[in-house]
Amino acid sequence: MPDDLMRIEVAGENALIVYMGDTLSPCVADRVRFLDQQLRKRLADQLVDTVPSYASVLVIYRPDRIRMEALQEHIEEFGRATSEPMAKEDGLLVTLPVWYGPEAGPDLMAFAETNGLSPDEVVQRHHAREYRVYAIGFAPGFAYLGEVDEAIARPRLATPRQHVPTGSVGIADRQTAVYPAESPGGWNLIGRCPVRIFDPQAAAPMPMGVGDRIQFEPISRSEYLKLGGMP
Amino acid sequence: MSGFRVLKPGVLSLFQDAGRLGHHALGLTTGGPMDGEAFYWANRLTGNAEGVTALEVAQGGLRLESTGATSVAVAGAVMPLKINGQTKALWRSHRVTAGDVLELGHATAGLRAYVAASGGFNAPVHFGSTAVVQREGLGALLHVGQEIVCGTPADLDWALPMEQIPRYEAPVTLRVVEGYQAAEFSAEALRMFYGSAFQVSPRSDRMGYRLEGNPVLAPAGERLSEGIAYGAVQVPPDGQPIVLLNDRPTIGGYPKLGTVLSLDCWKLAQCMPGATVYFEVIALETAQTLVEEAMRARDATALKRGA
Repeated sequence: MPDDLMRIEVAGENALIVYMGDTLSPCVADRVRFLDQQLRKRLADQLVDTVPSYASVLVIYRPDRIRMEALQEHIEEFGRATSEPMAKEDGLLVTLPVWYGPEAGPDLMAFAETNGLSPDEVVQRHHAREYRVYAIGFAPGFAYLGEVDEAIARPRLATPRQHVPTGSVGIADRQTAVYPAESPGGWNLIGRCPVRIFDPQAAAPMPMGVGDRIQFEPISRSEYLKLGGMP
Repeated sequence: MSGFRVLKPGVLSLFQDAGRLGHHALGLTTGGPMDGEAFYWANRLTGNAEGVTALEVAQGGLRLESTGATSVAVAGAVMPLKINGQTKALWRSHRVTAGDVLELGHATAGLRAYVAASGGFNAPVHFGSTAVVQREGLGALLHVGQEIVCGTPADLDWALPMEQIPRYEAPVTLRVVEGYQAAEFSAEALRMFYGSAFQVSPRSDRMGYRLEGNPVLAPAGERLSEGIAYGAVQVPPDGQPIVLLNDRPTIGGYPKLGTVLSLDCWKLAQCMPGATVYFEVIALETAQTLVEEAMRARDATALKRGA
């Protein structure tokens, strides 16, 4: 699909899904973020909700307030604007501190055998680049970030863990994520982040949204604890 | 002040309102009543506005003691309702006073009943909704001894006209609006999908109904995860379709061939494991008209005096 094209499909009696591309890329993520923001800003009263994801936005609307044909016209208009320069503005940059190391990240040692990298090399490559929030889902506040350096890509564990501690930082293939709460999970754990990624009580429950940028910053164990990380 | 004390929480009794809307971007699902029709009538019969918090009782086994005078109604699955040991009708309001014991036995047809009380149940609000979603840790199951406070009580005597009461009988035909990746499914796969009988799997829950039958060949290839609409029919590689319902994940990567009409999702949610279901294609415009007409018709329905 060319960069500036989009495709709209029916997703139900009161839902449309808008595809802004079919690959994972920062450019597609920008356009997804822009379209989603336009929809939320300009059609707030007509929509039930939207789900921005890697390359698409699901739009659920209120049939008593707008017809599907009219919504489609709005989407086409916003979609055309995604190729304009204003749509390419960078998302928010959020810095997340991470305590890396075998104690915080029990899978760090395993990269030596599969990827031929020492724990230090894995850590260095993990925080060397900036990531995009490509999607949020699986659990409340679980943000899929990409893409990691190919050298540290590693498939999910054959047997997922029953309990992954809150704040664990993991890698699955070319994606990375911070577990917002304790849950089962199969990602390769390499560290822990003391920042609360999902706080249901807060006015803004998450520090980032789809399309925003994330930079990890290595910290020591004592800094991790000082920042409120759970021991 | 009216309210209830929980004597027995039942198999799975959850507070539900219209659902948690507008928070998909955080990964939060909607929750809400699995059978929107029965939920609507339970509230109407107790004089409540649409979407007021009621109790969704799956399978039955609930026992409540009233702590004040008000009106209650139970609508949905056929569950024996007793107040102080006396059998009472579903789909109509009943007056209760402090000390009265309301008891729901086990469902004999359908799966979920809605208990509404005038003024609604005061349940904890998370992200603007009382809908309990266990998977997300939002809200909690009922426990023995729990005191539930209700809103403004009322003294009502309403019943839904007999001919309006839905019947929960299998087989159920689910009408599907095609969409998403429908065009990627082969003609043979679609023939299998629309031409076969499927059985409701025991592994069905509020997240989705899993169906077992002749495998429907799903298009190959990996897909980027995308938003999942209420009623979306996803077909994983094993070819056994899953209809995603109220507690569905917000995103997923399996191919989807369309979305079940909301009115039929409600019927599906009343199906017990083993029930037979069929799929039938429906044009988008027809689906939209049917839903509009159904909403208009129910709003126009006049309740009758209970007598």
